[in-house]
Amino acid sequence: MTNLLAEAGPQLHTQAATGMQSAAWLLIAFPLVGAAILLLGGRRTDKWGHLLGVAMSLASFVVGVLAFVQMLGQPGDGRTRLVHVYQWVSVGSFKADVNLLLDPLSISFVLLITGVGSLIHIYSIGYMSHDPDRRRFFAYLNLFVASMLLLVLADNYLGLYVGWEGVGLASYLLIGFWQHKPSAATAAKKAFIVNRVGDFGLSVAIMLMFVTFGSISFTDVFGHASEASHGTITAIGLLLLLGACGKSAQLPLQSWLLDAMEGPTPVSALIHAATMVTAGVYLVVRSHAIFELSSQARLLVTIVGAATLIAGALIGCAKDDIKKALAGSTMSQIGYMMLAAGIGKAGYVFAIAHLIAHGFFKAGLFLGAGSIMHGMNDDVDMRKYGGLRKVMPITFATFGLGYLAIIGFPFLSGWWTKDGIIDSAFEKGGTSGQILGWAALIGAGITAYYMSRVMFMTFFGEKRWEEDVHPHESPSVMTIPLILLAVGSVAGGAFLIAGDRFANFLAPVVGAPEAAHKLFTPYTIVVFVLMVVGVGIAYLQYLRRPVPRTAPAGSFPVVAARKDLYGDALNESLFMRPGQWLTRLTVYFDGRGVDGLVNGIAAFVGGTSGRVRRVQTGFVRSYALSMFFGAALIVGALLLVRI
Amino acid sequence: MLTALIAIPALGALLVAFLPKGRDELAKLTALVVTLVVAVLAIAMAIGFDNGGPRFQFTEKYWWIKQFGVHYAVGVDGVALVLILLSVILVPLVVLASWNDAERSGGVEAPPKRSVKTYFALLLALEAMMIGVFAATDIFLFYVFFEAMLIPMYFIIGSYGGAQRSYAAVKFLLYSLFGGLLMLAAVITLYVQSANAGHGTFLFDELRNLHIEPTTAKWLFLGFFVAFAIKAPLVPFHTWLPDAAGQAPAGAAVLLVGVLDKVGTYGMLRFCLELFPGAAKWFTPVVLTLSVIGIVYGAVLAIGQIDIKRLIAYTSISHFGFITLGIFAMTTQGQTGATLYMVNHGFSTGALFLVAGFLIARRGSSRIDAFGGVQKVAPLLAGTFLVAGLSGLSLPGLSTFVSEFLVLVGTFTRYKVPAIIATSGIVLAAVYILWMYQRTMSGPPTEKVAGMRDLSKRELVVIAPVLVLLVVLGFYPKPALNMINPSVKQTMVKVEKHDPQPTIAEKGIRP
Repeated sequence: MTNLLAEAGPQLHTQAATGMQSAAWLLIAFPLVGAAILLLGGRRTDKWGHLLGVAMSLASFVVGVLAFVQMLGQPGDGRTRLVHVYQWVSVGSFKADVNLLLDPLSISFVLLITGVGSLIHIYSIGYMSHDPDRRRFFAYLNLFVASMLLLVLADNYLGLYVGWEGVGLASYLLIGFWQHKPSAATAAKKAFIVNRVGDFGLSVAIMLMFVTFGSISFTDVFGHASEASHGTITAIGLLLLLGACGKSAQLPLQSWLLDAMEGPTPVSALIHAATMVTAGVYLVVRSHAIFELSSQARLLVTIVGAATLIAGALIGCAKDDIKKALAGSTMSQIGYMMLAAGIGKAGYVFAIAHLIAHGFFKAGLFLGAGSIMHGMNDDVDMRKYGGLRKVMPITFATFGLGYLAIIGFPFLSGWWTKDGIIDSAFEKGGTSGQILGWAALIGAGITAYYMSRVMFMTFFGEKRWEEDVHPHESPSVMTIPLILLAVGSVAGGAFLIAGDRFANFLAPVVGAPEAAHKLFTPYTIVVFVLMVVGVGIAYLQYLRRPVPRTAPAGSFPVVAARKDLYGDALNESLFMRPGQWLTRLTVYFDGRGVDGLVNGIAAFVGGTSGRVRRVQTGFVRSYALSMFFGAALIVGALLLVRI
Repeated sequence: MLTALIAIPALGALLVAFLPKGRDELAKLTALVVTLVVAVLAIAMAIGFDNGGPRFQFTEKYWWIKQFGVHYAVGVDGVALVLILLSVILVPLVVLASWNDAERSGGVEAPPKRSVKTYFALLLALEAMMIGVFAATDIFLFYVFFEAMLIPMYFIIGSYGGAQRSYAAVKFLLYSLFGGLLMLAAVITLYVQSANAGHGTFLFDELRNLHIEPTTAKWLFLGFFVAFAIKAPLVPFHTWLPDAAGQAPAGAAVLLVGVLDKVGTYGMLRFCLELFPGAAKWFTPVVLTLSVIGIVYGAVLAIGQIDIKRLIAYTSISHFGFITLGIFAMTTQGQTGATLYMVNHGFSTGALFLVAGFLIARRGSSRIDAFGGVQKVAPLLAGTFLVAGLSGLSLPGLSTFVSEFLVLVGTFTRYKVPAIIATSGIVLAAVYILWMYQRTMSGPPTEKVAGMRDLSKRELVVIAPVLVLLVVLGFYPKPALNMINPSVKQTMVKVEKHDPQPTIAEKGIRP
């Protein structure tokens, strides 16, 4: 254990940032100021608000690139830099500063968030062009980006927590953007509350860290992690995992994600690809020094990841709503990342690499879905799509590349990163390694199936459009981001994984994997075969046969998957209904019990209730008045005595 | 200086009360000017406060009743100062917010005509007493202000409140009088104790060093504590608050829950802990239990409310649980957090009541189901309500988060299980705030709110400063913390408690 930590040593030696990096606070300041101007400026900023929003996001991206370039010029072990902004809270020995930590891990996220985030901003200009509240939408997008940047840049857990909850707020505002729809308002509230359950875990984890280490900064916590008792470390790990489950929609806190589709489609792209759901993976990888000391905590991370990746994939199979199918896929893909993050040293690089690759192709897929909806009068039912490849060629091509990337078609992004996760699961060894590896393998097969289903139902086959629908390609402000994201979906994985480029880059933070990654293993072939099988079944079901416009009744597993595997039903019967019951009971108890007792005593003292009523009508008021004058008299007399 | 702060609003109250009839506008303007002057003076005083200086500053001490050893003694430490600042900032806003409320009498339909100038005179009198109660360093003087404070509030609720106003006002008065009586007995016994020790006094500084026999100290502690627990309502002494706050006009509710109730928690920190440190430690398990029950119980009750003002009142009961938890955790973080919590809660609940007041004034009803879809017709109103609500659920970035987290972390270092149960309050808070927001603001706009006006300029001027303060103190709480820290250090010394050491430091480095 101790030599594990010694190898991870370099992260403990932080240096003050210089040059462009010392202006890293601009990364957060740009979008934050953007949000403030747009929200406070009101209708006056309607005309140019969206442009400001895009500019602020791009400005942040530019700062990120400059800081990244500067980092590349630094030696490998000197890339961890600290920017002190100001002292935030200092009470007794509890200190939390606003400091920004620039290191290879955080900069990877910065580039993803601001890069993909900016593309989503640009796309939204077109997507939201008819919405009267477009300005407010961009304000929230900027707020989202700013919060997420704070989350990944903070150098201590409390700063991270601020970003963490800020992301929760921004998602609440964006999911519920169309507040006049009751379903949107409910989904937004649900997302926030479920996230708060996770935040409960993170809060307690932070408190436990302070009690244990007397500090909540990454440097102190990780540096002294080996001195704490095993039980404490495991507890911290599990609490962090609870937080991660909330934000990353992992079992058992997954239920909010599928409802979160109520927001405008670019929101889904932002939540699912560049921000929010990736936060849990970030938290686990960032806290690797803790997880490395507790095999129990690590094991639970992998179990949660594996269970979610299967559950998400199954849900994705049964949805006819294109956004919900993609949402199930997000759950599943984040499950892969969690699984990799829980494996340990061999997995971190693939967890983050898959996260970045996923950022490209999932953003592309969601924005593509938005482009389709844009042409289909906002219909999301894939049973009413079909044959769209001819009328939406660019959307088709970019969506198709994203599709190939996510199913792990050889040499596209997903192939590099997902195969890496599967391999490292098997390399973990032992029974657990076998189980996790096979779960990941089977998940890959199901992924191929449900994504092919989406692809075939949408772009191929017969036209099943509603009568008044005239599909058309989206304007270039929407298609250009799609094309750029498609490039990332194709090449991102190879860029990161080939030649262990990303592994070497991240090594100063998470340590280098023990062995170089082998590109081709026996499992590579198994994955490929399963992928072909998945595509093949989908082909037989949805391309060879006509797709009925109404969903067939379906067998039990299909119905279960349509109902999100009864996640909501479970929550309702376990928490919501008993909660409502408890609330009613408490209100009754407080009114009749506590207050009833008080009133009863009052009545008893008063003798009869009639007298009490008389007391309440006039008597007491005159009593109070006389008391007031009496008191005034006494005070006056006392004053006189003094003189 | 402090005397001037007490005297100006008191004289203002007299002036407004004796204005000729029919000059309502003049009464309102006078009240506004007086409260603004007080606010400026108090802020100037705060700037002159030396954080590194002696504990009590701006002290004044004169004999009042020499025979009984009663002084007119005032002075502020950091804790008292931030609470005075809270009061003087809220009062002018409340005056402005209540501009048209006296006539309308808390939203009752077809209200009886009420005297406008009396309402504002009562507000001014209340301000004088609020400043007095925080500034008093003589316990008898404190008691006098503590009791006198009830009277203007009683008349405001009883005359200007909602339909159930007399029931609520009487309940409020009887509860408070009962607590006050206990406290009076304790105050007198305390004097007797000091007289027996050779020097009869009511001065806080002298009583602080008085040695009291442990059993007596426990009884005295109880006398003070029950009075304060009624004021700050701690479960099970809480049932007067939802009635009082629910029936009071919104502006008065701001002062009642935002400031008046803080006298209770302030009294616990200042008097219960420092005068009877041994007894306070002895009672700690009881108080912590009640606090934790209050946090969860208040929050669950808030979820079940159907009236906006009662809902906010119940959230406050939950929040008061956090404050007492922080005070009795006896750690620096807990007590500093609790003090900051008092201030933040004043602004946060103040903001909620103010916006609720704007809403109720438009609909003439405070029931949640009287609203729905407001966001579409009055976006500013909905936006300010959301920000105020988010401060109620302690969103990071707003000041309430800093204080709540300090309380929790300060409690956790000593009492893990209560802190963990208390932390569950953050989930419940999300439920009651967001559900209230959803039911009133989102959804399709209903007929009930059709044509509802958005915030007027006056209302915007009222609510904006509070929200700005919540944000600024959220990102930069340092000025407030620097004021509070030295005073809390004194309390910690007095109760002879030290912050627990980190566990890894305790047992040294593992081999």
